[in-house]
Amino acid sequence: MDIHEYQAKSLLSGFGVSVPPGGVAYSSDQAVYVATELGGAHWAVKAQIHSGGRGKAGGIKLCRTYHEVAAAAQALLGTRLVTNQTGPEGKVVHRLYVEKATPFQRELYLGFVLDRKSERIRVIASIEGGMEIEEIAKERPESILQVEVEPAVGMQPFQARQLAFGLGLNLKQVSQAVTVILGCYRAFRDLDATMVEINPLVVTKDDQVIALDAKMSFDDNALFRRPQVTEMRDPAEEDPREARAAEFGLNYVGLEGDIGCIINGAGLAMATMDNIKYCGGEPANFLDVGGGASPERVAAAFNLVLTDQNVKCILVNIFAGINRCDWVAQGVVQAAKDLRVPLVVRLAGTNVEEGQKIIRECGLPIVTADSLMEACEKSVKLARGEQVA
Amino acid sequence: MSILIDEKTPVIVQGFTGDKATFHANEMIHYGTNVVGGVTPGKGGKVHLDRPVFNTVQQAVEATGARASLAFVPPPYAADALMEAADAGLDLVCIITDGIPAQDMMRVKRYLLRYPKEKRTTIVGPNCAGIISAGKAMLGIMPGHIYIRGNVGIVSRSGTLGYEAAAQMKALGIGVTTSVGIGGDPINGSSFLDHMARFQNDPETEVVVMIGEIGGPQEAEASKWIKENMTKPVVGYVAGLAAPKGRRMGHAGAIISGEGDTALEKSEIMTSYGLLVSPSASELGVTVKKALASIGK
Repeated sequence: MDIHEYQAKSLLSGFGVSVPPGGVAYSSDQAVYVATELGGAHWAVKAQIHSGGRGKAGGIKLCRTYHEVAAAAQALLGTRLVTNQTGPEGKVVHRLYVEKATPFQRELYLGFVLDRKSERIRVIASIEGGMEIEEIAKERPESILQVEVEPAVGMQPFQARQLAFGLGLNLKQVSQAVTVILGCYRAFRDLDATMVEINPLVVTKDDQVIALDAKMSFDDNALFRRPQVTEMRDPAEEDPREARAAEFGLNYVGLEGDIGCIINGAGLAMATMDNIKYCGGEPANFLDVGGGASPERVAAAFNLVLTDQNVKCILVNIFAGINRCDWVAQGVVQAAKDLRVPLVVRLAGTNVEEGQKIIRECGLPIVTADSLMEACEKSVKLARGEQVA
Repeated sequence: MSILIDEKTPVIVQGFTGDKATFHANEMIHYGTNVVGGVTPGKGGKVHLDRPVFNTVQQAVEATGARASLAFVPPPYAADALMEAADAGLDLVCIITDGIPAQDMMRVKRYLLRYPKEKRTTIVGPNCAGIISAGKAMLGIMPGHIYIRGNVGIVSRSGTLGYEAAAQMKALGIGVTTSVGIGGDPINGSSFLDHMARFQNDPETEVVVMIGEIGGPQEAEASKWIKENMTKPVVGYVAGLAAPKGRRMGHAGAIISGEGDTALEKSEIMTSYGLLVSPSASELGVTVKKALASIGK
């Protein structure tokens, strides 16, 4: 799960990380009010969407008067911001964060990730703040400093000092940076984050070390024990179909193609999508109905897939392990009445004969397939409007 | 032979008296698995499925001589259950549970390092279908009837894709020594490489199938090891060619987040290290057949 910049900053400041003073605004009046409350002469008005690259996309505006704050807020709210991470459809700006502008002398990079190779938390720092980490890795790899955290004892102050001195900070800045680094680490550990990124981490003219931006992602599997994180969920940032899928315990990811997929098991679902492409077609979605493909879940899956107007054909591929094919077939037959697109069903595993018999004898125009390849070939043809035997 | 388990391995079930555990323990017993008891804290002394229930894994091991466990423990308590199994000295724990926090698994993996390598528990999973040694024993939730006894080892991150491979092989008359599901999470108890080494040492296994997916460095690590150490042909496949970057595809670990994470990169790495890569999931069976033919089988 991702959260907004202002939410990440409020969490991190609870762990001793310095952040600029700021406030959230949902309207241009509120934005001006926040700026007035903050005082000072310069403010940053920042679009709050779950994406990096907001600055380059015009989502962050520096303002010198209240009038400019109002104009910036007006311009940003309700617009669709397209960054290098959002995809061409972009994300609509519903919230702003107004911050007191912080003049700085240096921009640094600080990141924390759960590294799958070492199975440890890895801390990454670089003097090349403001650039994306992928860019830094490509263009200035020698500037990247890294430490790994031993899970039994956690991050130690000497590791934070290694990074801080490595960044070329002076003594006063080092002690500030150590507080920031250890604070971020504790937030990562105590809140079950999977990523914390401070980019840039800035050094001000009076030697303060401040998180100018903050990004945090969290482990969905740990949300049950992190209510303070869960309540930061912003449904407006989520694909409505994916949110609805989650309510039924389904995993759905929308794609660009025209063959709707309903499959049990994440691996088989991915492999079926790949196989559709291999046969010359394009999958419309990833959808895992899970182990117990009950009639309710199958029905929910059909409804969900059909909300995508691009879908020209549906492919159901179920490998029944724990559940039985005849049971799944009954669910499919119920859900497939009055279907607006052709349907291909491939069943395999436990009670496959009984399941196929139900499909054949239901009187609906369902196309059956015995193998994964046959199912994909038939779906591709049907999506093109061709006939299949 | 087989790897990890056979019909003699004494097995306990952690979380024994729960509904799902009861159902699958029963299936395991019918398949021929030597289930000697189970553990549910607070229900020690009872009898369940004609087998004794214990309060702790340690008590279960002392009383039954169990060497392996199947863990059916809800996510909040899973890390604790795994460390308890390791502390009791079990050789193997297979954990089916989906939804365990990644940092919990990180701590479990670190905890295992307390024990010298020869006494260290092997964890298989989490978020997996389990282990089956065809015709001998089953430690998991798979449909046993799709596996026939034979000479091919399977190791897969995905459960259903492992079934798909076994079923395609069965249709061609090809059987399995052992099939291991290592699970779809970002941090696995054991990796492709761990089991590849076991299959290399198993005299009955003649070909191995490795079924990977997007995300993580495991497929590449194992492929390099295979090139350097393995004498048996290995068939490879990676699911997720059609997966977009940065989106979690069902499994917590199936996400393209950095270099080397895509299915295309992994398939290319497999090919470059000499694996026989199946062009699609529907050709896993015939690719295994080719691999067997290449060694005159």
